[in-house]
Amino acid sequence: MKLKQLSIFLENQTGNLSGPCKILSQNNINILTLSVADTEQFGIMRLIVADCDKAKTALEQAGYVVNVAEVVAIEVGDQPGSLGEVLAIIEKHNFNVEYMYAFSGDLKEKAILVFRFEDTDKAIKVLCDDGVNVIKAVELYN
Amino acid sequence: MDNPGKICDFNPASATDYLPLDKLRQLQLFRLQNIVKRAYDNVEHFRNRLDERNITPDAIKSLEDIAKLPFTVKTDLRDTYPFGLFASPMQEIVRLHASSGTTGKPIVVAYTQEDMNVWTDAMVRTFACCGLHKGDVVQNAYGYGLFTGGLGAHYGAEKLGATVIPISGGNTERQIMVMKDFAVTAICATPSYFIHIIEKAEQMGIKMEQLPLRAGIFGAEPWTDGMRDYIEQAGKIKAYDIYGLSEITGPGVASVCQEQEGLHIFEDYFYPEIIDPESGQPLPDGQEGELVLTTLCKQAMPMIRYRTRDITTLMTEKCSCGRTIRRMKRIGRRSDDMFIIRGVNVFPSQIEEALLAVEGALPHYQIVLTRDSGLDNLEVQIEVTANVFSDKISTMEKLQRQIEKSIEHIINIRARVKLVAPNTIPRSQGKAKRLIDNRQL
Repeated sequence: MKLKQLSIFLENQTGNLSGPCKILSQNNINILTLSVADTEQFGIMRLIVADCDKAKTALEQAGYVVNVAEVVAIEVGDQPGSLGEVLAIIEKHNFNVEYMYAFSGDLKEKAILVFRFEDTDKAIKVLCDDGVNVIKAVELYN
Repeated sequence: MDNPGKICDFNPASATDYLPLDKLRQLQLFRLQNIVKRAYDNVEHFRNRLDERNITPDAIKSLEDIAKLPFTVKTDLRDTYPFGLFASPMQEIVRLHASSGTTGKPIVVAYTQEDMNVWTDAMVRTFACCGLHKGDVVQNAYGYGLFTGGLGAHYGAEKLGATVIPISGGNTERQIMVMKDFAVTAICATPSYFIHIIEKAEQMGIKMEQLPLRAGIFGAEPWTDGMRDYIEQAGKIKAYDIYGLSEITGPGVASVCQEQEGLHIFEDYFYPEIIDPESGQPLPDGQEGELVLTTLCKQAMPMIRYRTRDITTLMTEKCSCGRTIRRMKRIGRRSDDMFIIRGVNVFPSQIEEALLAVEGALPHYQIVLTRDSGLDNLEVQIEVTANVFSDKISTMEKLQRQIEKSIEHIINIRARVKLVAPNTIPRSQGKAKRLIDNRQL
């Protein structure tokens, strides 16, 4: 299933990461996972939260530029080789991964891989056909 | 002096804009001869300048003879601070305004009651050009106070018969609340402040297309056609460009009409010339140069050949709106806004043009010049907007490169583009500061 991911534009400056976190905390929004990509000048903070719309509104009201993108979450066993297996399938189909990150949350012995593909729908179809466990948003938030 | 006010009794708004050209030129010559005489008789500074050149007011036999007269420049107003250029005794002066004095003393301008009538009439004609009429609700977000914008627009809109909301600048959330609750149909503001209003409205969840606002009367800072298109599209209004300056009267010197092809100069009051800014020589209509204005009716403080530093072109073709008064092209730049980097002359408006050429128009920018071991660097800081923001670094870097290319294409200089967070570039409620020169020259 597709998952909504929030991205926030940040200037590459000391203390800039805490701003959005403060806003989310004030609005009682929990961050499931995040990753930060940075260049010399700016960074992009990518977040997965349970209530994406509420988070977006709160951040925009605080003056942040926010983008919502669809990513794919895949559940794998938390053991050596799991990521490799998924990547092999992706490569077999010649999909380009824009970026990815992983987290384990409170799932026992499982890890979640988050992928950003150019064509999300096509990627999901192919991965499901190949037996990869693409998980639904509800499973992730429960 | 015999009542010089008489010559400037103002005609109904419609009539003067449509005068046959021979009548208009006759009127201008008559008024020019009178105003030169008035300045010579009453302003010592001006009289000395003519005496030095062995010229008397009788030298003005035709409109072309205006070129015999010396220019007035901003420093003349500073040097004679506060009242040195007044041609009326203080008891005749009913209003004083002053400019923001960014360097030292401000400049002071004065109006007699007759001058107030002329100014108001010029603003009525401005609003008429912008399609406003009795029944319009006008939110006047120009600053009230010493700045001429607020009160100038106020008197004109009121005289026009519109409902005026004298909200002045600032407190953007209240501006939006008033705009919505009072069913405002037209707003007067600087273009950069109106963009700020649009953004704020968006944040407040108010859709511009749901407001009855249909016209924006924008002036007081240079802007481009691209910026106008952006405002019209994002603000769901028609954006009208008006022009004026305190030294001449304030707003009301010129305005676009419904055709939006250049600004009609109310030249029965404000006589325009275009000169070469380097040599000071007059240029024929149709050639680009610096706008020089002479107030043909100003009693309290006549301005003879005032150098505006604004760069434009006079258009002589008759406008399809039917007005006979000449038009000038939108003021995109000022001769003193220009900066020189690595030997190349650059105007901030060229940078704006380059930004607007890139998809997803980014309206807030600032140019920062620095000097590093003898080499000048041009950095353009641009605020990221939701339209262009992507979660992919590659997309954002591509945008940066596109803008850099677009700038280089226009000015032939490589600029470093820096994407910055929203609301980090300072916006004044009045004029946008586009250029920061940190070079120690």
